[in-house]
Amino acid sequence: MSSSNEIPKDQLPKSAFSRRSLLQSAGVSGGVLSTGLLAEDAQAQGAVAVMSGEVEITLDINGKKRNVKVEPRVTLLDALRNRLDMTGAKRVCDRGTCGACTMIVSGKVVYGCSVLAVDAVGKPIQTIEGLAPEGQLHPISKAFVNHDAQQCGYCTPGFIMATKGFLDRNPAPTVEQIDKGLSGNLCRCGTYMGMKAAVLEAAKEIKNG
Amino acid sequence: MAEYKWPPMEQRKLMGKRIARLDGPMKSSGRAKYPSDMNQPGLLFAVLLTSPHAHAKVKSIDVAPAKAIKGVTAVRVISGPGTEIQWAGTEVAAVSAVTEEIARDAAKAIVVEYEVLTHLVKEENLAKVGPRAKAAGEQITGDPDKAFQDSEAKISGDYGIPVITHCCLEPHGSVVAWGNDKIDFWPSTQAVSTVGGDLAKLLELPATQVKVDCQYMGGGFGSKFPADRWGAEAARLSKESGGRPVKLFLDRATELTIAGVRPSHFAKIKVAGKKDGTMTGWQSESWASGGIGGGGMAPLPYVFTNIPNRRMNHTQVSLNAGPARAWRAPNHPQASFLTCSAISDFAAEIGMDPYDVFLKNLDLTLRADTYRKQLVKGAELIDWKKKFQLGSAKTGNIRRGLGIGIATWGGAGHASKCRLTIHPDGTVEVEIGSQDIGTATRTCITQVAAETLGLPMSAVKVKLGNNSYPPSGPSGGSTTIGGVSSSTRKAAVNALEKLLEKVAPGMGVPPDQLEANDSRIVAKGNPNKAMSWKQACQKMGPTAISEMGENEPRSAAREGLNTQGASGIQMAEVEVDMETGVVRIVEVVAVQDCGLVVNPRTAESQVAGALIMSVCSALMEERIMDQTTGRVLNADMEFYKLAGLPDVGKLTVHMDITKEHDSRGIIGLGEPCAIGGVAAIANAAANALGVRVPMVPLTPERVLAALANRRNA
Ligand code: FES
Ligand code: FES
Repeated sequence: MSSSNEIPKDQLPKSAFSRRSLLQSAGVSGGVLSTGLLAEDAQAQGAVAVMSGEVEITLDINGKKRNVKVEPRVTLLDALRNRLDMTGAKRVCDRGTCGACTMIVSGKVVYGCSVLAVDAVGKPIQTIEGLAPEGQLHPISKAFVNHDAQQCGYCTPGFIMATKGFLDRNPAPTVEQIDKGLSGNLCRCGTYMGMKAAVLEAAKEIKNG
Repeated sequence: MAEYKWPPMEQRKLMGKRIARLDGPMKSSGRAKYPSDMNQPGLLFAVLLTSPHAHAKVKSIDVAPAKAIKGVTAVRVISGPGTEIQWAGTEVAAVSAVTEEIARDAAKAIVVEYEVLTHLVKEENLAKVGPRAKAAGEQITGDPDKAFQDSEAKISGDYGIPVITHCCLEPHGSVVAWGNDKIDFWPSTQAVSTVGGDLAKLLELPATQVKVDCQYMGGGFGSKFPADRWGAEAARLSKESGGRPVKLFLDRATELTIAGVRPSHFAKIKVAGKKDGTMTGWQSESWASGGIGGGGMAPLPYVFTNIPNRRMNHTQVSLNAGPARAWRAPNHPQASFLTCSAISDFAAEIGMDPYDVFLKNLDLTLRADTYRKQLVKGAELIDWKKKFQLGSAKTGNIRRGLGIGIATWGGAGHASKCRLTIHPDGTVEVEIGSQDIGTATRTCITQVAAETLGLPMSAVKVKLGNNSYPPSGPSGGSTTIGGVSSSTRKAAVNALEKLLEKVAPGMGVPPDQLEANDSRIVAKGNPNKAMSWKQACQKMGPTAISEMGENEPRSAAREGLNTQGASGIQMAEVEVDMETGVVRIVEVVAVQDCGLVVNPRTAESQVAGALIMSVCSALMEERIMDQTTGRVLNADMEFYKLAGLPDVGKLTVHMDITKEHDSRGIIGLGEPCAIGGVAAIANAAANALGVRVPMVPLTPERVLAALANRRNA
């Protein structure tokens, strides 16, 4: 059960056979899984029986300590969304592919759907809600508005947190670096055109901050 | 009789301006609450159990093990014994529980016995579908046989575009609470004013009992109109759990398996013509499937509808796979891909630039002038004439190519009602049972109302996303912008007229000689005779002015506020690696007309988004079925591929905003811009490779196979 909760996104397992999908005992019935996965799925059921039962943990979210009761298999994303009403991070693929659940844990950009809540204990967690006080906009959020880098907006919080982590590492990126740096996130509405301009503007704003 | 027509283009202060999306800050701060974010007090979580078999009969179902799990509040059988399942992923049972994890365990604990029946899930090879094929008749115009006999040149090609899914990032689902005398329903929907009635029907309740609210939604693209079986089951689970709110959203695998697809379309196409590029004959034998219901024929030949001699045969194929739903411009992307591919191959055959062949044949279309201008504009933007080279002349390992796709759409406004209220304190609110599905509808309605009342954007509060507001049509078929803009305009004109009647006597000017401008009421031609908006509103007494406006599709064209008939062209430049088969986008250009453009900035976003969707469909998107298990092999976002930032190349969007187009009124945009891109990219690749890759998406495997075929030929 030992695992690191600090895996940078680009090193996360890129497949549905991930450790987390085993742990989480995905609700998907066998109906849509390949034969190989079905076997893993059965194993997962076994795992669940061993692991059920809630434990109380304390999470350090946006500088505040929050107590929450979760089963060990609950992801950080689900703990936030389902138990703490922090719904900025979205659950889209639930398998570490799309980035809609992006948050920053111990200074590293992670997919919240691929970190267990119990593994995040004692680590500072930053979510979109903590980026700016209510009623104010972080320069990245502002730049996304200015360049219309959002349509339905469901991918937006994830992209903004990914941008935050990216600009923390690379404060003056080129467009090519932006493409690469944000390639762990997906948008279905197709907002990439405005997004590139938004990230460039945000970088400038933060620098001049 | 009130005058509703749009103010002249040059006099508009807000409409036609690049105004930032009003709900942008809510979305980009993560504070916008989507239906999937509705954590109501006492919330329960529901999970579906779905069929692992593509075709089966349910023999027995035992829910007792699920009921026995602590924390489970209700279990419902959806497909009882005897039910025939027609596709994998079909809803069999649903469970609600106090946590999502418990609900998942419980769904898994249900024991279902199936009698497995034979299934068919693949239609690519028509020879293998057997009795699942149903001929849908032959259409003949002119004398195609003679046209082909007499032709100077002809081609015959195979083309295919597979089933793709909507893959909305917010999955389908809702939060729902069945209270004593009403049902609170928070669905992720494109149809705020009709989805409540739909749920009521499924539950056999009066429509008045369902209260719908959806302020934000995470994408629909045509797949989110109905309340859906899972919506009704969530409501019943709520009832059986004492009315506690229940949240049921599909997990990603189920979403990609049953929540809607765009039908496939395959065709063998022959084109006949002259050496100068004139097309004289068309023959197509096509087949398509969008699941158990088969799949109709796309409008072939597309746009070039008047090719004089035509023969079309179509076959529908019924599959045991998740059913089709409207997908941004139903049947048009497929039609554009098939038609523009065949035309481009005809051009290659006679050694002509396809750009010239498209131009040459524009008289076979219904809007030759518009397309001509758009093609010229597109060619200028992508620098076509300088860059184009015949595929047969290209050499080297890395080759570039150019391609064209073309689009047409209706886009007239849907039925829409709007109420605009001016309060005595000068505040204004607009209520409309519409929805903002990411298209900036909220912003555009505000622009129209504020423009009409001579107020700034900030003075108008738009309320939508709730079925207690006046009914407005679902957002489908690019009908929303025309509908809501027209009803809002009329409501605002009507309310303003009432206000002017109240202030006219005091100002000593007849009401029809007054106008609203710059937050003032002013005598026409006498700017000194004026009062502020606030002062004017104080004159109305204690009762607010509240007026309705209606867009009625049958009379809309006559009134001139909105109309139909959008045209667009897309051009693409791609780069191919002849060794690896990888196709990379260099640039995609769109030239798009949609009449009067309310907000060019958000319109451009929508077009750019459509180009990206085209990149996905042309290069990576495909629902892959497995005939052995009958299941979707790539029901996840790792293997159901969408484009990321590095994949889209340069996007150039040119909105065709001219006085001439503007004078037609508003036309919808969402569909027309999502049509021609796949064709453009596929044609660009064919030009670069010097050989047609028959099927999209253009995976390296398909590209290399096409190159190998040519070598072996
Ligand atoms: S929801 Fe976590 S990466 Fe997609
Ligand atoms: S804005 Fe809709 S998914 Fe990105």
